[in-house]
Amino acid sequence: MDLVRNLFCSSIGRKLVMAVTGVVLIGFVAGHLVGNLQVFESPDRINGYAHFLQSLGPALWFARMFLLACVGLHIWAATVLTLESQGARGDEPYRVKRWISATFASRYMRGTGYVVLAFILYHLAHFTVGLAQPASFKENIAHYVMKGDYHVLGVTVTAAGTEVLDVRTMMIRGFGSPFVSIFYIVAVGLLSLHLLHGAESLFQTLGWRNRRWEGGLRAAVTLLCAAYFLGNLAIPGGVLLGVLR
Amino acid sequence: MSTTTFSVTVRVWRQPGPGQPGRFVEYPVGGVNPDMSFLEMLDVLNDGLTRSGDEPVAFAHDCREGICGTCSLVIDGKPHGPHHGVASCQTYMRSYKEGDVIVVEPFRARPFPVIKDLVTDRSAFDRIQQAGGFISARTGSAPEANSVPVPKEVADLAMDAAQCIGCGACVAACKNSSAMLFVAAKVSHLGLLPQGQPERDKRVLAMVSTMDGLGFGSCTNQYECSAACPKLISHDFIARMNRDYAKAVFRSAFRPVAAGAGD
Amino acid sequence: MAKLESRTPAGDLPGKWRRHKAEIRLVNPANKRKYEIIVVGAGLAGASAAASLAELGYKVSTFVFHDSPRRAHSIAAQGGINAAKNYQNDGDSVHRLFYDTLKGGDYRSREANVHRLAEVSVDIIDQCVAQGVPFAREYGGLLDNRSFGGAQVSRTFYARGQTGQQLLLGAYSALSKAVASGGITLNTHSEMLDLVVVDGHAKGIIVRDLVTGQISRHAADAVILATGGYGNVFNLSTYARGSNATAIWRAYKRGACFANPCYTQIHPTCIPVTGDYQSKLTLMSESLRNDGRIWVPKRKEDRLKPPATIAESDRDYYLERIYPSFGNLCPRDVASRAAKRVCDEGRGVGASGLGVYLDFADAIGRVGEAGVRERYGNLFDIYREITNENAYRDPMRIFPAVHYTMGGLWVDYNLMSNLPGLFVLGEANFSDHGANRLGASALMQGLADGYFVIPYTVGDYLATQKPGSRPKVDAAEFKQAEEGVALMTSHLLTIGGKEPVSHFHKRLGHILWQYCGMARNREGLSKALKEIPALRSEFWANVKVPGSGLALNQSLENAGRVADFLELGELLCRDALAREESCGGHFREEHQYPDGECKRDDDNFGHVAAWEYAGEGREPVRNVEPLNYETVKMSVRNYK
Repeated sequence: MDLVRNLFCSSIGRKLVMAVTGVVLIGFVAGHLVGNLQVFESPDRINGYAHFLQSLGPALWFARMFLLACVGLHIWAATVLTLESQGARGDEPYRVKRWISATFASRYMRGTGYVVLAFILYHLAHFTVGLAQPASFKENIAHYVMKGDYHVLGVTVTAAGTEVLDVRTMMIRGFGSPFVSIFYIVAVGLLSLHLLHGAESLFQTLGWRNRRWEGGLRAAVTLLCAAYFLGNLAIPGGVLLGVLR
Repeated sequence: MSTTTFSVTVRVWRQPGPGQPGRFVEYPVGGVNPDMSFLEMLDVLNDGLTRSGDEPVAFAHDCREGICGTCSLVIDGKPHGPHHGVASCQTYMRSYKEGDVIVVEPFRARPFPVIKDLVTDRSAFDRIQQAGGFISARTGSAPEANSVPVPKEVADLAMDAAQCIGCGACVAACKNSSAMLFVAAKVSHLGLLPQGQPERDKRVLAMVSTMDGLGFGSCTNQYECSAACPKLISHDFIARMNRDYAKAVFRSAFRPVAAGAGD
Repeated sequence: MAKLESRTPAGDLPGKWRRHKAEIRLVNPANKRKYEIIVVGAGLAGASAAASLAELGYKVSTFVFHDSPRRAHSIAAQGGINAAKNYQNDGDSVHRLFYDTLKGGDYRSREANVHRLAEVSVDIIDQCVAQGVPFAREYGGLLDNRSFGGAQVSRTFYARGQTGQQLLLGAYSALSKAVASGGITLNTHSEMLDLVVVDGHAKGIIVRDLVTGQISRHAADAVILATGGYGNVFNLSTYARGSNATAIWRAYKRGACFANPCYTQIHPTCIPVTGDYQSKLTLMSESLRNDGRIWVPKRKEDRLKPPATIAESDRDYYLERIYPSFGNLCPRDVASRAAKRVCDEGRGVGASGLGVYLDFADAIGRVGEAGVRERYGNLFDIYREITNENAYRDPMRIFPAVHYTMGGLWVDYNLMSNLPGLFVLGEANFSDHGANRLGASALMQGLADGYFVIPYTVGDYLATQKPGSRPKVDAAEFKQAEEGVALMTSHLLTIGGKEPVSHFHKRLGHILWQYCGMARNREGLSKALKEIPALRSEFWANVKVPGSGLALNQSLENAGRVADFLELGELLCRDALAREESCGGHFREEHQYPDGECKRDDDNFGHVAAWEYAGEGREPVRNVEPLNYETVKMSVRNYK
């Protein structure tokens, strides 16, 4: 079918796949961060939120599969495009190569991409599956009893008195290890760098960018990436500094 | 006009023929005048090599005024040399000083194989053009020129894209050897004009597919291409082509099937 | 003696082309595919011809020495293309364009050809717009025009300062389409090195593949040469370095007559020469004369002063002074000679004294720097790159340079040379510009020939040739021609002299510029006619062509081209010497009015001189085609 062929077998098609999956993944990491920042409020918030997500059942699994598919497609497109581009380069490298306009972030997308992948795997092992630090994994620590209701859009989704997994304690114990925290900080730093190019680049790939607002776009993306990094820095940072306990 | 001359050293890629191993060779060039063009400096080098019984350095050149797109040197790591918005032939020796060592390489990309020394085969661009870089208008069939008004802004934008000289610096500058800027310039020039609408979708699909098939890499939006372009063609046109391509993909997929098709 | 039959149709001038089209022979559509046509060159004329002929159904093979057809030097034309559209409502008409072109050519072109050119000019614009050529537009979306030298109407269509590029890319796109559909076989890096003549008809060419060095034979029912002009005979010119006369010269040596070689155009607005190493002169578009004012100091002593310090009253705007009605927009030959005169008087500016100012101060005062930038920005950029000077602040320095050759292979009204089956288009022929070409007319002629003349006239010849009757490439004539090419190639490689090809080219250029440039005289030309053969002998004894014939060898390519220039240069001087009058680009100092204007001799030289090759070492024969003016009266050109 032409549609499938044009999207998955052409260079621009694959770039579109990368851009669209990129949008989804940016949406996910942003939402994920906003959700997690609830850790700075009362334990009811983050634990109620986690319980709500867990309670979604099939919807949660659908979302997880969808995200995994996006990650998979994103990596697949990146790999195929990279291999093709390396092939296009030819055997003889330039003796002298001067970069003219490429940004730092754009030149290390593959490297930052590898680290992000490693980080995702570790992160899932750590907080979702419980392989990394089984002792402080949510399933293995005392449950938490909700003191008040947790609302989403005004609807109570986790009622007071419900016994839920103590995600907050798991996070604090997890980040209590400086080794884990520093790895986490470095990883989200590189993820932010990845987003710095990716979030701007996707506008170009989707054809929604021109010189008139390229400056504004770049500034907005930089700001958001910085905010994203600081937000992510805040959680392990808070734990290490003892603000979160 | 300056009269003081100076000497430089050029380290030039020498390759006897297609697919053969090449190497860098260093040559001193004396008597360089600041008003000389870079290519004239190579002429001086070549006359010297010829007199001393060596084979001169082959390099592609023709109009020497920056419009034919033949010259194609990578000078100190940048296609067309140190300056912004000029071709190799418009690089002047006043940019250099006594004792400079200048590294000169051919455009390097698999779809642009080296023919000899600094000369590469860029016929891949012709093949992309043949795939759809035209508006079918049989000679003699054209309507009166003013019957289709084209807003000035549109004509100007089309001209911005149409200025492409087909030199291939965009490919040479791109770490992926992507031809996106070249193809985007063609697709945008024709796709912006009302005359180019009937073949718009077909054109972008065919040209992109041919570009891919010829082994050019993909675009990673680093904009080295537009920065190296001697005509400073904007990468905005790449964004425009991406959009055009996406539209064409969906439009052609969901177009009603013509009667008789699929029989 | 060659038979020169112009085959100009009879009857009233405006109806000639229409009637001719209705009367000439046709080839039926089913038969067209049985004819093979070779087109050499893919500039405006060659590309448009190849594309149009392929659309008609002929089997076309295109040969270009460049790596791509898009590199042809038509691409460098800056200013524009004329057409009698009268969109400006300023009184233009086919007749006026015809008359301006004829008069601009100093009454040395064929009336009927020029009229046809003016007629089809309007179709060219339509065709190019349909192809997507992004001509300049007004805000309402309609096409814009500018003025050019030699005309008092605005009829020039343009695409910024890159009109030639855009027109060529249009023709190239049509050619590319035909290549994709199989109508055209494209041969790049393929240099024509001989014409094959069988039974008096042009039936093929010998080609050297510039990458592999292979020499090959190609047969066809007709051969079209669209290989451009021979201005590089002067070495320094506004031509591309690769522009050469080899195809037309070798056709000349196979019997095609060479008409009016002495008609060379020196363009008034080029960037002056800076040194001996120079390889190229860069043109500043004539369109600059729309807004720029040309001047030199009134006093010799002022010539090295910074221009800004020279008071208005001490400046001589000599074109405005001498030619008040055309002023800075007088024709090219007139403007060039005027520049030469003021420099000869010692008033030339710049270190070499060979330059005049082209000043935009008034234009900037009128429309602002932004307004000037909008119109000519790219030209000012080019000027700054080359000279490192800012022309928005200081006036440009310009000087005339060789730019175009009106002479070329002789052709009849059908654009066929005296060798049947050999057609010659564009700058390679002599047909439409007489002794001087007006600005923005070269693009017009190239496209007229390719799009709107040859598609009709080639059929008139082919209809006389039985389909499938073209000779095979193993015919004796092909073998003999190929052997000749191989011999010359190996000869050049084995001379083993001391000097590179460029050495001889520079010396030839000096001789021609000195004795056969903007002004010529008997004494100088006689001297040149001694020096050129001597230089030629020296070339064949002392040139050094390193490398092999079986690979890319740029020295070898150049050697062959310069060898031809060394012969052509002599013919050029011979023609200039024989033409005892001044007309257009040919200025003989012996023949001038007291004010320095050209003095024509219509009684004795109102004709085309078509030179016929007589064999190695023998003087060529000067054939004459009388120019019969039926409508216009030859008069003294007056731009005052």
